[in-house]
Amino acid sequence: MDAASPRAGPALTALLVALPMVAILAAVVHGATGTDSALWAHLTEHVLARVTANTAVLVVGVVAIAAALGTSLAWLTAGCEFPGRGFFAWALLLPMAMPAYVLAFVAVATLDYAGAVPAALRGIFGAGFTVPPIRSTGGVIAVLGLASYPYVYLMARGAFLTHGARVLEAAQSLGFGPWSGLMRVAVPLARPWIAGGAALVAMETLADFGAVSVFNYDTYTTAIYKAWYGLFSIETALGLALLLLGFVALVLALERLARGRARYAAADSGSRVPVRLALPGARGWFACGYASAVFALGFVLPALALARWALAVAPLDLDARYMDYILRTLALAAMAAMACLALAVALGYATRTGAGPVPRAAARIATLGYAIPGAVLAVGVVSALGGIDAAWRALAGGEGLWLQGTVVALLFGYVARFLAVANAPVQGGFARIRPALEEAARSLGSGTRELVTRLHLPLLGAGVGTALLLVFVDVMKEMPITLMTRPFGWDTLAVRVFEMTAEGEWERAALPALVIVAAGLLPVALLTWRMERAARAA
Amino acid sequence: MSFRDVLLRRLPALAILATLVPIGPAQAAGEPLVVYTARKYQLVESLFQEYGKERGIEVKFVTDDGAPLIQRLTAEGAASPADLFISVDAGDLWRAKQADLLQPIRSPALEAAIPAHLRDPEGHWFGLAVRARTLAYSTARVKPAELSSYADLAAPRWKGRLCLRSGKAVYNQSLVAMFINDLGEEATEKLVRGWIANLAADPFSNDTLMLKAIAAGQCDVGITNSYYLGRLQHEHPALPVQLFWADQAGRGTHVNISGGGVTKHAKNRAEAVRFLEWLASPAIQQRFAAVNFEFPANAGVDPLPEVRAWGAFKPNQVNVGLIGRTQPAAVMLIDRAGWR
Repeated sequence: MDAASPRAGPALTALLVALPMVAILAAVVHGATGTDSALWAHLTEHVLARVTANTAVLVVGVVAIAAALGTSLAWLTAGCEFPGRGFFAWALLLPMAMPAYVLAFVAVATLDYAGAVPAALRGIFGAGFTVPPIRSTGGVIAVLGLASYPYVYLMARGAFLTHGARVLEAAQSLGFGPWSGLMRVAVPLARPWIAGGAALVAMETLADFGAVSVFNYDTYTTAIYKAWYGLFSIETALGLALLLLGFVALVLALERLARGRARYAAADSGSRVPVRLALPGARGWFACGYASAVFALGFVLPALALARWALAVAPLDLDARYMDYILRTLALAAMAAMACLALAVALGYATRTGAGPVPRAAARIATLGYAIPGAVLAVGVVSALGGIDAAWRALAGGEGLWLQGTVVALLFGYVARFLAVANAPVQGGFARIRPALEEAARSLGSGTRELVTRLHLPLLGAGVGTALLLVFVDVMKEMPITLMTRPFGWDTLAVRVFEMTAEGEWERAALPALVIVAAGLLPVALLTWRMERAARAA
Repeated sequence: MSFRDVLLRRLPALAILATLVPIGPAQAAGEPLVVYTARKYQLVESLFQEYGKERGIEVKFVTDDGAPLIQRLTAEGAASPADLFISVDAGDLWRAKQADLLQPIRSPALEAAIPAHLRDPEGHWFGLAVRARTLAYSTARVKPAELSSYADLAAPRWKGRLCLRSGKAVYNQSLVAMFINDLGEEATEKLVRGWIANLAADPFSNDTLMLKAIAAGQCDVGITNSYYLGRLQHEHPALPVQLFWADQAGRGTHVNISGGGVTKHAKNRAEAVRFLEWLASPAIQQRFAAVNFEFPANAGVDPLPEVRAWGAFKPNQVNVGLIGRTQPAAVMLIDRAGWR
């Protein structure tokens, strides 16, 4: 196809991929033109300064915690040897299956004043005994950090593993210990992947509504909801969301400038037998204790709390419908993961082979959806599809809905929201492919199809699995888009959680939440099994 | 076969297979009735099914919050499949009417069953269940004789003893909207600032957490929707928290509704009206309210014994639709007063 027009092909591909997000942005911009100036003045005077400061503190704190936990744990499990390493290599991914809003309600329900833990402590130490309040800035940062470090962990670990044994050998032969090896060799080399994971965490934190609401921590996103739900002005809410998007685009652009022109192609594409730095004696046990603590706080303890509540409600709630919820959730997650992967590869191909600014600009627009609060994106989705449906009715007649209320609408929303999540690891994979290989393939007469299927896909390696896993798990947890665009009868596990939590009955939501976690284990296990096997076999 | 091959080949097959899973009951004879409801699945599902069976039709529904359902209706426009919109807040019903998403209906049965202050004067929506927002207190540390009105909780003797839910909760916004309608903005803002000065803890994200904080001793008194306490008392009969009807010497306790209206572009209008009438009929009213420890909107119907045990109360009789009109002003007042 692009043999005839080698320059237009990549640009067209990128534009096509960006199309859903462009349609959504158009709908959002159109909606925002109705912004109410009196409401805007009120928000500026009484709300925005405070929530902006809150949001900045939250994003910086959460990214710092997620980057520190994710990078250090990835280095320990990929580059060092300590007791339990093989177990923690995959177990440390499990908190990813725990939705942040679930972790938040478990934390508040058990650690707040009336929760089981402080109540037990008062029982032991007397009624005057107090613990630091969990419903605080520190509490919400800790919870979101624990819920989101796996993004960084997964990206950094992939980089550490595929950089191959030579990096570790180099670190060893230069006489670096595990700590200096991390700081002076591994982190500098893995910087783009760590930054990619951190950017995902930042966007996820910006867009979070569920977890911060549990803490009653006001962010820019809660202000958007307030304008919509409380002040009845969806137009003002969309205006606020656009402002947020502009800010995100600016930050991402600055990040790219700062990264400059550094290239990170792999020194050798296939690693050999992995060499790990041994952590002997106490140091090994310290590593084991650190990994255990993160695993316990991020997964074991909340899962136990959920299990206890779930057991109490299971007799009332568990029935045949759950099989439908599970199948539908898995099916949607699988379809969305495949779609996002395909589009991310298309974007990678387009930005790599295309000339001029169009492919890159289109790629940036296509991946903006992850920074928009899900509910706002959902409004954009239904408005955009509503416009398309209306145009279709005008052209073809009929009076029904063509796209809205179909699975296509749901997938449209998922792709707009989660393309960034697939894009980060896929671009990370592309960055490791040496351009010389493509030139060679081209000179041997390879067309686009062969280039993508026979060169790019095989060489993307762990990036493909990471992309599928991240999107799969994110879609399983996704709530607002699913709620607003799902067809009749398409209730998923996350919808079930919504039904139960909406009236403040968190304990009753434990059962579907636990099933989300359990269903999320499946892809996590598959991916880690494969990453381990690849590392062993290479 | 590598892992990636497995994923690439098997996942689409799994996905396609899963879409074939039957969703919902087979199509019944008549035109289906389509409901967009903010009242949650477990509170409506069995009644919807029962009506469908009785009428030989399918009742299809989706749940979401009120605001997104309004946006979905707006985007779908004249092509919307929805016949009925059910909300859990009078403000959302008012908003849906403002957005021209509902149509007026005349129904002698509904007008007889539902008191005038719980329905739209022009018939765009009708209350179906009543939730009272009133005081809850610790039976260990507060005597009912110490309590009287909402405004009294702003008095200095409650300093460090009051718990509130977040000011972002719609039920608090409608309570403040009622005060603005009754007392004016200035007096209301003074009242709210008094509450904030008395707080014992940061506002809670829901009423249940706040009630548990009262039970655990973090604070002595709070403001809650009656059904949250009903549920907690049902689970923990010995809970040391009790309900007090506020403002009985004044204008009466604040009430909000869960209610419904026929959508402007309903395809099955006659069935939607009939369904509303069915929901307002005495036998169904009892159950509609009972599943959530609420009060039936139909004044001739008794609530659950557990709800009756709180005693009779005088509700504020101002039309609940006025709450919606005043809600934006209430939200702005809440922001100014620093109620997070």
